[in-house]
Amino acid sequence: MAVTVFVPRDAAALSLGAGDVAHAIAAEASARNIDVAIVRNGTRGMVWLEPLVEVALSNGRVGYGPVSPDDIRSLFDADFLNGGAHPLRVGLVEEIPYFKKQDRLTFSRVGVTDPFSLDDYLAHDGYAGLMRAFAMSPADVIKEVTDSGLRGRGGAAFPTGIKWKTVADSPADQRYVTCNADEGDSGTFADRMLMEGDPFCLIEGMTIAGIAVNATHGYIYLRCEYPHAHRVLNAAIEKAYAAGYLGGNIRGTGRRFDLEVRLGAGAYICGEETSMLESLEGKRGEIRPRPPLPAVKGLFGQPTIVNNVMSLASVPIILHKGAEFYKNFGVGRSRGTLTIQLAGNIKRGGLIERAFGVTLREILYDYGGGSASGRPIRAVQVGGPLGAYLPESQFDTPLDYEAFANIQALVGHGGIVVFDDTVDMAQMARYAMEFCAIESCGKCTPCRIGSTRGVELMDRVIAGQNRTFHLALVEELCDTMLNGSLCGLGGLTPYPVQSALRHFRGDFEPEPGTRN
Amino acid sequence: MAPLDPDTQQTVLAVVERLKTKPGALLPILHGIQDVLGYIPPAAVPLIADGLNLSRADVHGVISFYHYFRDTKPGRHTIHLCRAEACQSMNQKATEAHAKAALGVDYHGTSPDGAFTLEPVYCLGNCAASPAMMIDDKLYGRVTPQRFDAIVAQWEKR
Repeated sequence: MAVTVFVPRDAAALSLGAGDVAHAIAAEASARNIDVAIVRNGTRGMVWLEPLVEVALSNGRVGYGPVSPDDIRSLFDADFLNGGAHPLRVGLVEEIPYFKKQDRLTFSRVGVTDPFSLDDYLAHDGYAGLMRAFAMSPADVIKEVTDSGLRGRGGAAFPTGIKWKTVADSPADQRYVTCNADEGDSGTFADRMLMEGDPFCLIEGMTIAGIAVNATHGYIYLRCEYPHAHRVLNAAIEKAYAAGYLGGNIRGTGRRFDLEVRLGAGAYICGEETSMLESLEGKRGEIRPRPPLPAVKGLFGQPTIVNNVMSLASVPIILHKGAEFYKNFGVGRSRGTLTIQLAGNIKRGGLIERAFGVTLREILYDYGGGSASGRPIRAVQVGGPLGAYLPESQFDTPLDYEAFANIQALVGHGGIVVFDDTVDMAQMARYAMEFCAIESCGKCTPCRIGSTRGVELMDRVIAGQNRTFHLALVEELCDTMLNGSLCGLGGLTPYPVQSALRHFRGDFEPEPGTRN
Repeated sequence: MAPLDPDTQQTVLAVVERLKTKPGALLPILHGIQDVLGYIPPAAVPLIADGLNLSRADVHGVISFYHYFRDTKPGRHTIHLCRAEACQSMNQKATEAHAKAALGVDYHGTSPDGAFTLEPVYCLGNCAASPAMMIDDKLYGRVTPQRFDAIVAQWEKR
């Protein structure tokens, strides 16, 4: 019987050579007349081990990584198909502490299954949530989601069930379910890994949402920077249609749900929900003032669910195992799990799904192993380009929405970008303004003009011109943007700027680059 | 504005015809055209506007809003170099300076031999393997200046 070997097809693994590794294994096996079945799985999320090759043995899956095509001959010589000893052997993959010490709920199948195989999905509890939802009333499905405590994982942390109820209660002939897959925050890749590693999970979550609010059409708004995810999603949607999990009569229930992927075009602002809706309608991605909320008047003027990939992908397990099960993870008002993405200057970067409440320090050192450069970690930015920079003194903050709000920071989409002590925080503050200027939709003045003025001011500060005066102006500008912008782009750009000023003042005066 | 040659015109019209009944069809149409031609020629704008019953200004406004859409022909391959925070934390600046020097262009420029257009991008979702870069739709991680040269050498002849 053929030995099953797993080689990820996730974009991060491919970016480090997984495609060549898979080819090399197939070629070497064929040259040696050995029967191997290569499965292209998603990633386990341990990016520092990619390409991570796994061999299915009777006691579990044994891993080797990071593997390059040059290692393949020696792996065969070491009898890796029977778990043989080799310098790259990392043992049973699920026993690696980084992986073992996680609470894999939303990501339970990612890296385990073949993302293109509906059978594999079904064999791993796939569509159990939808089947249970069909046996419940729509109101009870919404109640289950509300009771689970799930809050929007895109960053705003709004209770998902309450949003759904608003959509269900808004009178309309047509409602929509839209998935915000415009994952533009630097340091985030959870949405991408899920879509590439377990696309049916997102499809199932959206279908459940459709059933719950009586919406018959769904759109996944995917950023065009994710061509791998695009291919996987389209293939999975096609398979779901063929097997009757999408379309006019889902599994004989008489219920309809249609789903299609729409591509963005490189505009960060389209991750803001109203801007995303404009873009889906074929327009410039300029934000809409709220109210009305999209839940009341959204896509094409109809009540619309706008949820992040992580929120929707958490729904199947909530419906399958129940609200009580999900709610038992987490702390305070942050229930369930957070998919933390550890990135930047870190030794062991990757995806860590943990119940809310784990501290930043644990993530950075126990999981991450410190900086990649080996130098001290000086600052971390949590929550994307609009998130605050945190100094070492705040590393004991638990990752939960309220604890972060208390220190004027955000958890956001769970991305953590690590910087060592070579970082110049005045430059990072300037970059925050520059990014806002590049990506502003232009609708409101504080964001459109403020960001450009912010770059100019930071240039003067960095050049040492009348620093005290210009820093006071920066503070004042931040206040205006924070309070006067229409959406989170202009409204949160001050977070990285102000936090850099608050915690790393020495980088701004008297000599830029002088450390605190 | 250069007029479209008959082949290109046919291509544009075929895409418009195929997609124009979709709700919110403009972005799918623009993607469809750029997928085939590599850019959206200014002379295509009236054809798109006609097909969707929009004004030319509407169509132009949408094309110019989105960073990804371009109205000039790119090189044979497009290099998207990430310049967001995670990549910066891993010395993206060095790769960026090297890339510009090696290709002899700044961002948005095309190398003199017409092989590569260099574009900035703000996150490719490969932040645990920074710095990241994408050539056409192939993603690369840990792109040091040396690795940049090795990768680009593979693409030069294509």
